[in-house]
Amino acid sequence: MLKMKSAAFPAPFTSGLEYSAPARGTWNIVHTGMLLPEAHQIFVCAAGCLRGVVLTAAEMNASNRFSTIAIRENNVLDGDMEDLIIDGVMDIINGLNYRPRAILLYTSCIHHFMGCDMKMVFNRLREHFPEIKFTDCYMNPIMRKSGLTPDQLMRRQLYSLLENRPKNNKVINIIGNDIKTSHSSELFRILEDSDYKVQEIHDFKTFDDYMNMSDASFNILYNPAVKAAGQALQLRIQQQPIYIPLSFNYNEIITNYKLLADTLGITMPDLSEDITKAEASLTSAHDVIGDIPIAIDYTLTLRPAGLARLLLEHGFNVTRLYVDSFTSDDKEDFEWLKLNAPELDLYATVHTMMRVLSRHPKENFLALGQKAAYFTGTDHFVNIVEGGGLYGFDGICQMSDLMKDAFINTKDTQSLIQIKGLGCGGCS
Amino acid sequence: MKQTARIISTYTADVSGVCSALYEYGGMTIMHDASGCNSTYNTHDEARWYTMDSLVFVSGISEMEAIMGDDEKIIGDIIDAANELHPAFIAIAGTPIPMMIGTDLPAIASIIEKRTGIPSFGFNTNSMHSYISGASMAFSMLARNMTDKSIFRSNELSVNILGTTPLDFSINGSVQAINSLLIEHGFNIISNFGMGGTLADIKNAGLASVNLVVSYAGLAAAKELHRLFGTPYVIGVPMGDEFSNIIICDLLKAKDSGKCINSTAIASDFTDFISPNITIIGESVYSASLAAAIGLTTGKTTLVVCPVTSDSDIVDNVGVFATDEDELMPLIDNSQIVIADPLYKPLCTDDNTFIELPHEAFSGRIFRALIPNLITDFSKFIKNII
Repeated sequence: MLKMKSAAFPAPFTSGLEYSAPARGTWNIVHTGMLLPEAHQIFVCAAGCLRGVVLTAAEMNASNRFSTIAIRENNVLDGDMEDLIIDGVMDIINGLNYRPRAILLYTSCIHHFMGCDMKMVFNRLREHFPEIKFTDCYMNPIMRKSGLTPDQLMRRQLYSLLENRPKNNKVINIIGNDIKTSHSSELFRILEDSDYKVQEIHDFKTFDDYMNMSDASFNILYNPAVKAAGQALQLRIQQQPIYIPLSFNYNEIITNYKLLADTLGITMPDLSEDITKAEASLTSAHDVIGDIPIAIDYTLTLRPAGLARLLLEHGFNVTRLYVDSFTSDDKEDFEWLKLNAPELDLYATVHTMMRVLSRHPKENFLALGQKAAYFTGTDHFVNIVEGGGLYGFDGICQMSDLMKDAFINTKDTQSLIQIKGLGCGGCS
Repeated sequence: MKQTARIISTYTADVSGVCSALYEYGGMTIMHDASGCNSTYNTHDEARWYTMDSLVFVSGISEMEAIMGDDEKIIGDIIDAANELHPAFIAIAGTPIPMMIGTDLPAIASIIEKRTGIPSFGFNTNSMHSYISGASMAFSMLARNMTDKSIFRSNELSVNILGTTPLDFSINGSVQAINSLLIEHGFNIISNFGMGGTLADIKNAGLASVNLVVSYAGLAAAKELHRLFGTPYVIGVPMGDEFSNIIICDLLKAKDSGKCINSTAIASDFTDFISPNITIIGESVYSASLAAAIGLTTGKTTLVVCPVTSDSDIVDNVGVFATDEDELMPLIDNSQIVIADPLYKPLCTDDNTFIELPHEAFSGRIFRALIPNLITDFSKFIKNII
């Protein structure tokens, strides 16, 4: 544990062996891939690597959209990896009782190190199944500290099948989110008042409908892990990305909407009422919650430092942050915390000592996030992940309401936080 | 064999087997992997993760460390953690990338042991073999390295129970029920290789007059204890009154004669390779025991289908090995009743009666609440068959 005043940006803790706390609500690449309608996932990995993704699909009740090819030692030694993949994929597709519209073919660390000729593999598969769209996906955690991470790649590849079509200037995509953006956000009001049709991948039930995302002229993204997806779509099908990062800072939110308005050529909306509502929500939450210590973790929101700052500025007693590393978007708020909350306790979640550190502190905590709930041993917690689709001033209002609810009502922490892919629709 | 699975799950791998086998003995186990193995293990394969702390970590090997062969990173990280956590021993288990780059895990363990003074062991797992392989290596290590060699085999009724990981027995009271059954028959439980024991118990394992092997993962340790202490072993899981009595008798015979006995072999009396009443898919010792218990109780014919590591000595007279969907489907087609993990059900047709027997090593935590304790509830279970 560090005091905030001693923390270095962006990674305050030295890397070492890693512990994995039993809070599982964040999505993985299987959950995200399942957002593509009528697609079938095929993973090519060693059995140990297959295990987690197979059971993710099973827990989603989506095993019928999921298949595997197991790599064995001889495949590594004999140099027949390309044949294994081609034969395996053909065997799987021919044996399915339906014909998928798209195949997400996931390769692994092994392929990266072997220099497997995936271009040839995909050419052969596309020749053999011209009616199926194939795309390359990756489960290669060996790359998580260099280049794009598997999570970033997945968010990019999810849109890789969109095609270059004539654009409709009144259609906008919101891309890259596992959890659908809440329609109560003023973001929708601003766009819909200007007659824009706003769509997210969650809106589509068929592959053909998903392909309608190709029509959009703009892609809104607010998760930094989606920047690569935005750039790829701009290069490949000329959809202009508008990056308006999730924020809890009023000025930054206003700046985001100004950027959006300027890019689209629409009038900057009057947000004073939205700000008033956010202030009232925070005041109301504070009246209920009072001075109970609050712990925030990085699985709750993309901006844990920003949320901590907002709450501290409004009188809440934030005492702990559970964050292994901060994104560049959170840097300004990180620096603010160093100056204004120097005694704030900052914990890594993966450090080996977290396995043995007491999870029953003397004080009762209100936890914002599953890992914070686990580490503080509380049953009063806000159970959302990856921002929960909350955005803008409306997101602040909703977060305030969730905090009030969590303070008043208990939850079954042990059961709830072990569910994988919170909100994916299939896991229970 | 295309190594494909259109719809069924996969058994957990050797690296999880190592972690599971060593979980309760106060050591520190490191999966030498980039990421993923750890969350897979402690989400799906480790029923004790939330309620029982154990030092199981991942090394987090990166692309550059792999390319540069930077073993010092993992050595330093393990030593740093060991200095803070003071484990009783250190175990390092490999995954695909360490295998590909030829990482010498036993050598790394040896360096760590020299620098820390803590007994350290490297396991050449690679995530391409089943959990049984890893658990087997780990239990063997306990038998070979953690037992007191100065003690002698007792002549009393005393037993080690070998191979009780939650991957095969879940956390539904089955292991406690085996303990109770043996105690009822006058046996003193010396140690339990898997669940419900301590490293101090393992140290005394040489005292036992006989060993009971309840999963294939425990057999290598039984052979090691036989070599070290001359302890004979009996193979079988006591379920059903008739088969449990046979196991108790075999334990007494083995103790007195010094000869090892595979009690599950009696299942061959009821085996039908062509058109069995019941096909049982699963781990070899457990499935063969269930086949024996069903045969002895009901007279129905059975076929054991073993999709994971085992010996021909155990499987060949009672069933067959089969791994891929294409191999499994004809075997299932030939049977009236199929007993298997629910994730095998998609392979069945309307002509099969499917009886669910969840197995954590296959379906993980999904059906944990439905896993029966067949040591105590066998009669209830076979009502589905009769």
